[in-house]
Amino acid sequence: MPLSVSLSIEGDTTVIELTGELDAKTAPDFHRTIEKAAGHGTQTVEIRMAGVGYMASAGLRSLVFAQQKVANDVTIKVVGAIEPVSRTIRTAGLDRSIVLSDE
Amino acid sequence: MTETRSEQVLRVDAYPTHEVGGYRVRAGKPFPFGANVVPGGVSFSVFSDQATSMTLVIFKRGEPEPMAELEFPEEFRTGSVFAMTVFGLDHENIEYGYRADGPYDPVTGHRFDARQVLSDPYARLIAGRDVWGVEPDRSRGYQYRSRVCLQDFDWGDDTPLGIPAEDLVVYETHVRGFTRHPSSQVTAPGTFAGLREKIPYLKELGINCIELLPVFEFDESDNPRTNPETGEQLFDYWGYNTVSFFAPKAGYAATGRYGMQGDEFRTLIKDLHAAGIEVILDVVFNHTAEGNEQGPTISFKGLDNATYYMLTPEGYYFNFSGTGNTVNCNHPVVRNYVLDCLRHWVADYHIDGFRFDLAAILGRALDGTPLPNPPLLELLAYDPVLRHTKLIAEAWDAGGLYEVGNFPAYGRWAEWNGKYRDTVRSFLKGDPGVTGELATRIAGSPDLYATRGTAASVNFLTAHDGFTLADLVSYNDKHNEANGENNNDGANDNNSWNCGAEGPTDDPEINALRTRQMKNALAILFTSQGIPMLLAGDEVARTQQGNNNTYCQDNELSWFDWDQVDDNAELLRFTRGMIEFRKHHRELRSTAHPTGQVREHLGLPDISWHGERAWQPDWSAESRLLAVARCGTGDDDVVYVAMNAHWESHDLELPALPGGRSWHLFADTGAEAPYDIRTPGAEQELDNAGKYLIGPRSVVILVGRANASDDLDTP
Repeated sequence: MPLSVSLSIEGDTTVIELTGELDAKTAPDFHRTIEKAAGHGTQTVEIRMAGVGYMASAGLRSLVFAQQKVANDVTIKVVGAIEPVSRTIRTAGLDRSIVLSDE
Repeated sequence: MTETRSEQVLRVDAYPTHEVGGYRVRAGKPFPFGANVVPGGVSFSVFSDQATSMTLVIFKRGEPEPMAELEFPEEFRTGSVFAMTVFGLDHENIEYGYRADGPYDPVTGHRFDARQVLSDPYARLIAGRDVWGVEPDRSRGYQYRSRVCLQDFDWGDDTPLGIPAEDLVVYETHVRGFTRHPSSQVTAPGTFAGLREKIPYLKELGINCIELLPVFEFDESDNPRTNPETGEQLFDYWGYNTVSFFAPKAGYAATGRYGMQGDEFRTLIKDLHAAGIEVILDVVFNHTAEGNEQGPTISFKGLDNATYYMLTPEGYYFNFSGTGNTVNCNHPVVRNYVLDCLRHWVADYHIDGFRFDLAAILGRALDGTPLPNPPLLELLAYDPVLRHTKLIAEAWDAGGLYEVGNFPAYGRWAEWNGKYRDTVRSFLKGDPGVTGELATRIAGSPDLYATRGTAASVNFLTAHDGFTLADLVSYNDKHNEANGENNNDGANDNNSWNCGAEGPTDDPEINALRTRQMKNALAILFTSQGIPMLLAGDEVARTQQGNNNTYCQDNELSWFDWDQVDDNAELLRFTRGMIEFRKHHRELRSTAHPTGQVREHLGLPDISWHGERAWQPDWSAESRLLAVARCGTGDDDVVYVAMNAHWESHDLELPALPGGRSWHLFADTGAEAPYDIRTPGAEQELDNAGKYLIGPRSVVILVGRANASDDLDTP
């Protein structure tokens, strides 16, 4: 399933909404969106992942990339990730620098 | 998404010219070696001098059987390099290896076996040992699977710190052991990410360089022994048994199972740099995990045994490493391999320097004889990419070559100064006849490094190999029974002293003496000229229960117990204070060996030696007291260090200071905490300027300063 990526600003939050599969083929789209989001200078980058059914290591790389791309005082939130996806993020230890949230 | 300009440019080399095994391919680029992502595909390049044919074996990630076996067409071979670009591969989800066919004739050095799938010596990632300690499936033919790695890490503005060598304070540690203990309270214990969480601790300690025990992929499960008392499996915990030289150990990464170990390690390095801490890797080029003729075939052995290993005329393996085989480091091909490897770690991981395990081997010729002008060492010293990295040799090997002080340095190489360790340990213990050599060692070992300066000497008292500092003052003998080798392993000449009881004791006097001895050791280490190296945990009295060779102990014997940070806060505070003191006093870090030349502004020599009487050192065999005064070029830079290894106290007559200056007390290991050490710059002026009573087995540090205002009762 291809990935659809959308980007919007809601107040002081940049929202990235992902639907589909985050893998080696689709991750570049996500990368480019993160670069744009980092340029917006908001305090929070919220990545809505409820619609992501599968995340390969490429997706994990994208989250590491996101964490590195934004300024230190910017919070990255991953919202609504299904259990297999959030488990992957936790196992990788990324939950200490990225806020995992159900909603 | 808008296409960028570069994506619109057509590349002719992005199109296949051949088809092999159903895959579209074209001739790859011989350089660089390894698997590299190119437009539309992956270019695979591997060297073998004697192979008659080469096959690229591709697996879908994690699958036991290959998804493709692509023999390199003859026209894809340039010289002895096989190179092929394969198009349409999902490079993140494949593993690969090679089958090399050729002669099997051990007498002439050839051990080709096309049944074996071999790891790529240039593999940037290895799959198969992704999670530490998980027993591998031995029935699988190909254990250490090469993987493709993207080199797209965002380093931001990270640049080498370029800390002058003489200003370094090195902290030697083990990635897993540093945070594996449950008390570490990190989110990913035992990993690069865990270590990253402890950066604030390292910063507060004051070190500015971390030296990591091997992080190249190794197999911790290749130790067949068990603990004879508990029956538990023993590990190859230290990791001096490299499987793959370009790949960071996946089991050291919380993200290893996702192939993210490279990024996790880089993130650690980037953050260490941001905290002002350089990273030195302990690298093992003297041998590999393939062992001797009984050992496994992983990579080199099957690709080009006769090139990569030193072989006897009968085709057996020379064993100068003590571990089975010896890498043929001065073979021109292997030289380039070592160079490529180090360049990779510097360019792609921003590593600041290297400590070379058994580096004397790197100076041996193809037949094992020591070379007067070893080309590999010269090559590394002058290489453009490595130009500003630190190069540190363990200047001996297991074949009996001992080159401390004589290692071919080319103006670059520093050495682990084993003589420093032995001398200071011997002095601390109270051995007679050591005072003269002690003076030489703390002055930067001018006898060994006359032309190379003090920074050629890495001073250390303890390292991973041997007793910890706490055990050095708690055990007369090693206690290595848990290693399953009948206590026959590990060094016997430890120059240790248990202070009156072997091992743990409730005797408060003995425990107080041990604490004092540890402080004495630290006080001498951090006031010596040369680069000080501290073993992780020594600052909080980490014990290995008398085991001086914990290479196989993946447990509390080896791990840093973070509860000790509170339990041994007194020693930690002392260590921090000594490191801070060193930073305050440039004269302790001078690159030039002292000459005795008088500093005109103060009328004191750059170095002077004293005993109970000022200006009268006692060099006799029974002397166990030595004081050294250093005078720098700054107004306040006068440091006096009295070292008393005698079991009795002595009245010291202090050398007179020029007008307006007086002696201030920085540290006295004989004093109760918190009066054992002061804050640098806030030392307490002595009441009796001319004398000081130094206690038994104590070190006293004074500074000569002009201002006499900081008369503080509290530290």
